[in-house]
Formats: sequence, C-alpha cells, structure tokens
Amino acid sequence: MSNGILVFAEHRAGAFNKITFEAIAAAQQLGTSLKQPVTAVVLNKDAGLAREIAAFNFDKVISAENDKLAEYTPDAYTDAMQHVVRALDPRYVIMPHTYLVRDFAPKLAARFGRSVVSDCLRFAADDGGSVVFSRRIFLGKIDADVVTEDESPVFATFQSGAFRGEQSEKGTGAPVESMAVEIGEVRMHPEPAFQEVKQAVDLSKADVIVAIGRGIKSQEHIALAEQLAAALGGDLAASRPICDAGWLPIDRQIGSSGQTVAPKLYIALGISGAIQHLVGMKNAGTIVAVNKDPEAPIFDIADYGIVGDLFDVIPTLTEEVKKLKG
Amino acid sequence: MKIIVLMKQVANKDAILRINKAATWIEEADLTYEVNESDGYALEEALRLKEKLGGEVIVCSMGPTRVKSVIKDALARGADRAIHVVGDELAHIGPFAAATILAEAIKGEQSDLVLTGLQSDDYGFAQTGVILAELLGMPHATIVIEVDASGEQLRVKRELENGWYQWYTMPRPALLTIQSGISQIRYATLKGIMAAKKKEIREVTPASAAPNGGSHQRVTKIYFPEKTKQTQFLGNGDAKAGAVQLAEKLRSEARII
Repeated sequence: MSNGILVFAEHRAGAFNKITFEAIAAAQQLGTSLKQPVTAVVLNKDAGLAREIAAFNFDKVISAENDKLAEYTPDAYTDAMQHVVRALDPRYVIMPHTYLVRDFAPKLAARFGRSVVSDCLRFAADDGGSVVFSRRIFLGKIDADVVTEDESPVFATFQSGAFRGEQSEKGTGAPVESMAVEIGEVRMHPEPAFQEVKQAVDLSKADVIVAIGRGIKSQEHIALAEQLAAALGGDLAASRPICDAGWLPIDRQIGSSGQTVAPKLYIALGISGAIQHLVGMKNAGTIVAVNKDPEAPIFDIADYGIVGDLFDVIPTLTEEVKKLKG
Repeated sequence: MKIIVLMKQVANKDAILRINKAATWIEEADLTYEVNESDGYALEEALRLKEKLGGEVIVCSMGPTRVKSVIKDALARGADRAIHVVGDELAHIGPFAAATILAEAIKGEQSDLVLTGLQSDDYGFAQTGVILAELLGMPHATIVIEVDASGEQLRVKRELENGWYQWYTMPRPALLTIQSGISQIRYATLKGIMAAKKKEIREVTPASAAPNGGSHQRVTKIYFPEKTKQTQFLGNGDAKAGAVQLAEKLRSEARII
C-alpha cells in the first residue's frame, strides 16, 4: 500500500530555493498529521546537493541522478520524477508552486492520469487520514476547500509564503540513497539563463513606495500618484497590468516577475492584490490599500484601508501629507 | 503555419463575486464574463505569427453557449475559424479532464503550434496546457514572453522568477503557454466583426464530461479568505475623510511622516 510523503527539493545554480524549505515544512507537518514518513528527492547530475539537504528531518533523501539533470528541462525532470514516484509509491507528493514546478508537475501528474492540487495555502488532516487542501481562486478573492478522490499518489503544490521556511525541522542526518534514473529523449534545449539589462531603478532600498494598479484607469492619471510619492519622498511603482500596458517601465513592477520590496510604507492604489503582486510587497512595514472593492484581497494584508475612489483619496492625501510635513 | 489557440471564458475581473447559498461556488446568475486575460495575449501572438509567416489561426473554446461570445470576438480580431466544445458542465471540470477533451477535439487538426494562456483567472490551476502537451505528445514551454517561429526549430523566451529569463529551442509541433502583457492586444475592427459572421464555428460534443473517470478534485466549500491582519478601515465610505484620517495615522501611529 502506498505510504509516505515525498517532497521535491528545487534548486537552481547550485543552491536550494528559499521556497524549498517552505515545501519541506509543509511536507513535515503533513507527515506529522498523518503519521507518515517524509522523504526528500533531489534531481541532479550527482549527490552533492542531496547530501546538503540530508541535515533536515527526513526518513531518507533520494538523490535521483542522471547527466541529463544537470540543467532543468520539463522532459528530463518529468521522466526522473516519474521513475522516483513509481519506485517509492508515496501517498502524497509535495512541491513548491514555482515557475519551474508549474512547468513540469502537470506533465508528471498526467503520466498518472490526474492533475495537481495546485497552488495550495493550507491543508487540514483528520484522524481518518483524509486531507482537505485549501487553494485560492479568482485571483486571490476567494478560498476553496478541495478534496481529491485520486488514488495514490496525490500531487500538491504550496504557494510561496504558505509555510514558513524556518519551521522546517533539522534532523540527525538522513541517509542519502542514490538512484540512477532513466531519462528518454529530451526535446527542449535551454540556453543559459540571463537577466535583462541592469535595472535602472532599484526599489528594494526605498523607504516609501506608492504603487498603482488597474484602478488608475489611464496613463494621464499617473501624475496624481507621482505627486503623492513626491510629497512622501517616495518612489513610484506599479502592479503588472500597468507595466504590461507600457504606462510605466518594467523596472517599476512589483511582484513575482518584478521586484521584491520591503519599504517602511507601501501605499497600494487601485491594486486588487493578486498573489503575484502580494509576494513582492507583503513584507512592507506599514501597508495602506485604497480600492473600490471591499473584498479586494489587498485588504487582507493592509494595516490601513480606504474603501472608495482613489481619485478622491490621492489629492486629499497629498495635501494632508504636505501640511503635516510643513 | 497552423496555430490553435485555446481560450477560456471566465468571470469578469471587475465583477463583485458573491458566494452561492450552498457555499459551493459563486452566484453565476447575474455574472458577466470575459476572455481569460492571458488567453487574449495567446490569440494576439498567434495572429502576429500568422501575419509574419502565413497560415491559419483556429480558436478553440470549451463550455456552455455563452462561450460563443469569446469565439466570435476572436474571429472578429482575425482568427480564421473556431471549434466550440459544447457542454454546460465543461466550465467546472478539472485540468486533466479538460485537457483530455481538448486533445480529442483538436488532434485531427495536425497543427504546428498550440497556444494558450499561462493560467485561468477563475480556478487558476495553471495545468491544462501542459497536460494537453503531454497527451498530444508535444514538447511544451510555459510562461512564454517571446516566440521566434521563423526557423526550423521553435525558439521561445521563458520568464523565470526574480527578473531572470531563458531561451529554449524545441521542435514543432509544440504547445506554449503565454504570459500576459507580451504585446499590445488589437481591437476588433468593424470589418473584422462583419467578416466573423461568415467564419466557420465547428461544434463538438464530447462523449463524456469526465473522461478516464476517477481523477478529480472536488470543491467542498468556498469562502472569503480570513484576514491575516487587522485592517483599520478609514473614512467609513467617505474616501476624502479617510484620506485625512490616514495622513494623521501615518504621522501618529505609523510614525512615517
């Protein structure tokens, strides 16, 4: 009978991603709830990184090895993970919801005739061993509890920030098992990863950020937000749709595909707060949200909220700030 | 070059969502719908590739009669013909079932390229495209922001996290999931709208809404997220008063001004 939890440890350029430790915490907590052992799997050309992660509290670490795993491709990763999952027969396969996992995990699950319970926030396990996963839908506006009636294995991914990396438990040194995995033809060929020309604006050092979203409605209105930013001595930033529309350059974009910031004050104007944006700014000291929709997810993380028209708020706030600053 | 674009109809982004009485889904009765954002960019990319390289763009959408509006809009923007996979319940099936039905509906087309958005704005599974590639035996790339289809091999630029990018080369036919914002989306012209009326929409009815049985994710309950922070709401409906209070709070409580 299928047993145990397998956690996929993602790495790039020779180091584990921060979110890998969050996935480990999720898998360990699931293991504790279900009284099942947790195994980690590292795909690589050799066992170097697998030995590193053996410091965590695992039943064992599988080092799935093949020269074709030296760099990521969906074909090679899917073949390798299929091999490991078939060999271990786990009840659950837990992965971080990253761009890399999104690229191969659905293909892996399809080999087992199913899909992934993707982008989860939490789980709840009852005594009978059944698990309810909670995922966020409608761009973060609503949560859904989901049960899966799949046979083993159940594939699930957890989104960034769903668990805390520092809650992952260290152990006494898990045994590392090397597993030579078979990989068929790899059809896609990656070139080296690169960053676009050095970003002109580094928002990571900013103390105050005034960010605009779709609620700003047109490019001419951006000047209003600029005036507020100037009054506060801060920088202007935006959510993705604004940069997509070309209203502000991409180096002003906050979120998973833009910059990650942690200013003392973050003012979100007309930004609904999709997770892709929240991951880039949720660590700000004080968060202010202005939005017409009282259910906008941005309010979930805001310290101060104003439900209303941002065109009423911005000029008044700019004047008041100027007054207070004298 | 023959390109199939998969487009989904989803609830309008600005719609105020209400949860139904059974708390199993949103109230759909008075909902307005639009095309899934990234699918719109997938169509635009397909139209641009066709303009450069010639060929045909076929749009495929799945769901009840209402999805015809997505199809007609795509035809008006320049798609050549359409496939409508018809079924009332098809808006609520999981990604594996959806991909299985779509594979059946499009495999006879023998297309060079299948494009779709990177994820839907409602369920947000981000899987249907990738699973479909596997079922059709095609290589794929996700979160694509640039496509070069001029050579023998397809070359695509993928977005990674934290401002990193990577080019991948792969043979055709292939499936790509397209990131929002990779180009400016064109509007339908009056001429396009008139021309769309004559374009073919082939209707397909799948044999079963749950092919291969057994594999599904069941939503047991939906609800508004619990707040992780105690938000102080200011102004009580008066946005200007809220702004005045906010400035004061930023000075006295947050000590930022």
